[in-house]
Amino acid sequence: MCTTCGCGEGETTIDGHSHDHSHMHHHHAGHGHGAIAATHAPGMSKSRILRIEQDILSKNNEYAAANRNHFNRHGMLVLNLVSSPGSGKTTLLTNTLSQLKNELPMAVIEGDQQTILDAERIRATGVKAIQINTGKGCHLDAHMVGHALEGLSPEEQSVLFIENVGNLVCPAAFDLGEAHKVVILSVTEGEDKPLKYPDMFHAADLMILNKIDLLPHLNFDVDACLDYARRVNPGIKILQLSATSGEGMENWFAWIRAAHELSLIGSRPTEKV
Amino acid sequence: MHEMSLCEDVVQLIEDQATTQRFTRVSTVWLEIGALAGVEIQAMHFSFTAVARGTVADSAKLEIIDIAGIANCPACNQCIPVLARFDVCSECGHYPLDIIAGEEMRIKELEVQ
Repeated sequence: MCTTCGCGEGETTIDGHSHDHSHMHHHHAGHGHGAIAATHAPGMSKSRILRIEQDILSKNNEYAAANRNHFNRHGMLVLNLVSSPGSGKTTLLTNTLSQLKNELPMAVIEGDQQTILDAERIRATGVKAIQINTGKGCHLDAHMVGHALEGLSPEEQSVLFIENVGNLVCPAAFDLGEAHKVVILSVTEGEDKPLKYPDMFHAADLMILNKIDLLPHLNFDVDACLDYARRVNPGIKILQLSATSGEGMENWFAWIRAAHELSLIGSRPTEKV
Repeated sequence: MHEMSLCEDVVQLIEDQATTQRFTRVSTVWLEIGALAGVEIQAMHFSFTAVARGTVADSAKLEIIDIAGIANCPACNQCIPVLARFDVCSECGHYPLDIIAGEEMRIKELEVQ
């Protein structure tokens, strides 16, 4: 475990390199450095009970707050894209980047357990991307994202997409500092997924129902699916689209533009807030 | 298996405490885990043993205090037990409910030397 900032991510690599703290330690606000001085304190050897009352995710939440503060100061819109493997997340992302790259500054953090294939797919669109490989890790955490930001250096007032590891369970609990979690579900999956994985659908602000061009060939009950999602999260917004055929994509672009506009408010240097 | 990361966070928080509260060994860790927190208790025990090895919490006993899910119904204003986030009110059938307990993931206490 790293004793500089206590990160225990032995298998995590960013663009193929394990992050080396002597070169790229990003000083996040407000976390205690945890190297233990293994000193023996005389008279302290008896057992005692310490009341801690500390949230297990408090460290991640501190990193997430530091990331969010950074994003707000730079007028960035940050979207955390979550889904199961195979929902069409990367296709949605590459088609979005191709469509919007002349209109908005954008960047991507790609999370996968292994391979840099997705980052290469993203870079092929001309948008800059950095790959985090989590090794055995099943989700990105705020600390990894903080380090990836140093390597990526996204532009001021840009849209940053964070493509999380394909997993509908674990990423729900880990705030990365994003403005919104966007959950992507495809019609080739079960319509009851919102009920099976309620934490993720509860945590998301927007749900994208993808691959709707395949609906004529499937027995997917769209109404039931949307009803389940709203039962878990009555405030969730839902867009139905096909990243492959392009149907419905304009609504997704409109949502990104509106969210981006909101993130700019208060961040322009000349603006008094 | 985010239980492994949760346990890494637990051990990290304990190591921070070891510095500030001056202890060198932990014999028992009490965690409060809510029924709606999405945490597999078995996986927590397995992960904790692995992650704690070689730290101040090496061989520490992990005690999990289960916190039941409780929600308040905004329609009938009753406090009712819930097993899932999307449960409907057992009194009046309304949903959604306001979860007031069961999402906890906390380190409650440590027995230290």
